[in-house]
Amino acid sequence: MSATETTTEPAVAPRGPQSLGAVFEDYRARIRGGDVGALPALAGVIVLVLVFTVLSGTQFTNAFNFANLVLQGSAYAVFAMGLVFVLLLGEIDLSAGYTGGVGAAVVGKLILDQNLNWVLALIGGLLFGALVGLVIGLLVSKLGVPSFVVTLAFFLALQGVLLLMTGAGGTIPYRDSHLLAIMNKNMPLWLGWAFAGLTVIAYAALGFSRRLQRQRAGLPTPTILVWVLKSIAFAAVLIAATAYLSKERSRNVFLASLKGVPIVIVIVAGLLVVLTFLLTRTAWGRHVYAVGGNAEAARRAGINVARVKISCFMMCSMLASVGGVLLASRTNSVNPQTGGSDVLLFAVGSAVIGGTSLFGGRGRVLDGILGAVVITVIVNGMTLQGQSQGRVYMITGLVLLLAASVDAVSRRRAAASGRV
Amino acid sequence: MSARAGTHTVNSRPVLSNPSPAVPGRSTRKVLSMSVTQTERPPVGADTPILTLRGIEKSFGAVHVLRGVDLDVRAGQVTALVGDNGAGKSTLIKGVAGIYGFDAGEYLFEGKPVAVHNPRDANALGIEVVYQDLALCDNLDVVHNMFLGRELTASGLLNEATMETRARETLDGLSVRTLQSVRTPVASLSGGQRQTVAIARAVLWNSKIVILDEPTAALGVAQTEQVLALVRRLADKGLAVVLISHNMNDVMQVADDIAVLYLGAMVAQVKTADVTHSQVVELITTGRATNGTKGADA
Ligand SMILES: Nc1ncnc2c1ncn2[C@@H]1O[C@H](COP(=O)(O)OP(=O)(O)O)[C@@H](O)[C@H]1O
Ligand SMILES: [Mg+2]
Repeated sequence: MSATETTTEPAVAPRGPQSLGAVFEDYRARIRGGDVGALPALAGVIVLVLVFTVLSGTQFTNAFNFANLVLQGSAYAVFAMGLVFVLLLGEIDLSAGYTGGVGAAVVGKLILDQNLNWVLALIGGLLFGALVGLVIGLLVSKLGVPSFVVTLAFFLALQGVLLLMTGAGGTIPYRDSHLLAIMNKNMPLWLGWAFAGLTVIAYAALGFSRRLQRQRAGLPTPTILVWVLKSIAFAAVLIAATAYLSKERSRNVFLASLKGVPIVIVIVAGLLVVLTFLLTRTAWGRHVYAVGGNAEAARRAGINVARVKISCFMMCSMLASVGGVLLASRTNSVNPQTGGSDVLLFAVGSAVIGGTSLFGGRGRVLDGILGAVVITVIVNGMTLQGQSQGRVYMITGLVLLLAASVDAVSRRRAAASGRV
Repeated sequence: MSARAGTHTVNSRPVLSNPSPAVPGRSTRKVLSMSVTQTERPPVGADTPILTLRGIEKSFGAVHVLRGVDLDVRAGQVTALVGDNGAGKSTLIKGVAGIYGFDAGEYLFEGKPVAVHNPRDANALGIEVVYQDLALCDNLDVVHNMFLGRELTASGLLNEATMETRARETLDGLSVRTLQSVRTPVASLSGGQRQTVAIARAVLWNSKIVILDEPTAALGVAQTEQVLALVRRLADKGLAVVLISHNMNDVMQVADDIAVLYLGAMVAQVKTADVTHSQVVELITTGRATNGTKGADA
């Protein structure tokens, strides 16, 4: 293999298995080139956790609060994952929060008034989201109305719809046990472990098969050590988290036992896998990045830009509906503020803090989750410290500003690192 | 080639690259009926142009942009398309690429009339255009850009390994040695490297005609040299290359054939060897040449 490579003088730097050092060097070059990826968010989480651990001790680190963090953050994460699709286009969806609120209300009403079972009601909620996304997408891509304006209008209008559906000060109760279980129940311990085990195996197998594919095609492949280290790190994080969530965290064990992995984690993890897969392994996903990077180039390459845009707005609104159901499941009802107040701002903030660019073309589904973790840790940690809501908002705003600046700077670096 | 030198001076219209019997009788060239154009078609054979345009007309509203344009493009040759700003060069190639339809005229591909209504039709024939700008997605890597809009998939999923292999093969085939890795985002490439990627994308699809609109306009000296060498290699590999350029040095250096548009009319298509730098400049600026090479509509 290496013999033929050297004799034919391939145009593109010939490489056998890349050594660990070479892989690391590539990574460093990418970061210097402005592609900082998840690094700021990860660093942020670590620093924040350390700070709050020092300040609050076990009050912050105990298993109960850890599970609480998961529940607090999961709805933001789902909204943020949806927003990633729209941000990738370089667009924005300000209405996502209230789309979620109305979506959750639709689900509640379908169960309450139409006696639909919860699965059909959920499908109804998703269809509502798809419809909202379709209309926004059509207005943006066909009429050319800026998404900022379109979704601002939807933000106002859907807020009104939600108010009408719930009645002023009223609520739409969630009583279906399946929907309530999402945010209020945990998996049995064995299921949590089985889930974690399967995820680790799937992760390792996927990485290995992709490596094998590249090797078979005679393409440069990183040394197997990279795969081993990545798989071990992934397994370690998952096992630690599962173990921690499997601890008894009830304040009064005799009243009710509280342990196990919250069910919502499976939903968030499932969405992460499916959406990442769509975005990175299908032609549609590639086209999303292309449209966000250079819409005119995409159009000339024969990509239907309008269709890509519409599909992303639909994706965002449908995920918003899911996020709305999570919010409603946590509070056992839909009220006029479900999906309102800070939901949208935290969700957009999550995506950006996680590393998704506001300029379009750069971002990952995982960013939504990472950013949501950062924001939730701030909110949770500061609240435990007894800080006022006002200060929490101020700090969150600062962090968002920081993330947006990192985004802008890394974009300038990416532009400056080439095109001499 | 040199055997044909000199024949052009006797022609009323210097379509010099084709001294075959098809050329005389040019007086009817704006008549579009089949019977007439049939006689005008070059004979099918070794020297048949891969692309032939006859009597092409195009107006945008009241603006008559292309006036009875004829053009022959041959495999293995670089045909330069030159002309002043607004002469209609871009309009002509956009029509060839299927972005606009021509109002009238004949569009022959490999000697046969074809209907090109959109870019996909042109791509299907093997015609690829490298646009001066807006052609690449900065955030995607070289492989993704080369396959943009035509990704290879296996059971619905992107076939990254095959795409990467084919991208490398194509770049190797063009003897491109300036790219470090095909997995670097295009944003981090130099202007010359970006142009190289755009050209490599055009030849990836077994294309027969590659049209380049001002490929060196934004490049420095060294990078211009690289891209011109690449353009020459494309032709030497048997492709037909159409090069639009403002730079007369580039044109004289790399082109076999020079077609001059003047105010929407094709005033000359001459062999590079048969004209001087200043004659071409004169054709571009006045639509006619003084010694030997004459404009058609004198
Ligand atoms: N879409 C259009 N609508 C109206 N006029 C156009 C359009 N495109 C080009 N033109 C006109 O056609 C003429 C030729 O333009 P173009 O083909 O771009 O010239 P060149 O590429 O040779 O500089 C110009 O006068 C230009 O204004
Ligand atoms: Mg032009």
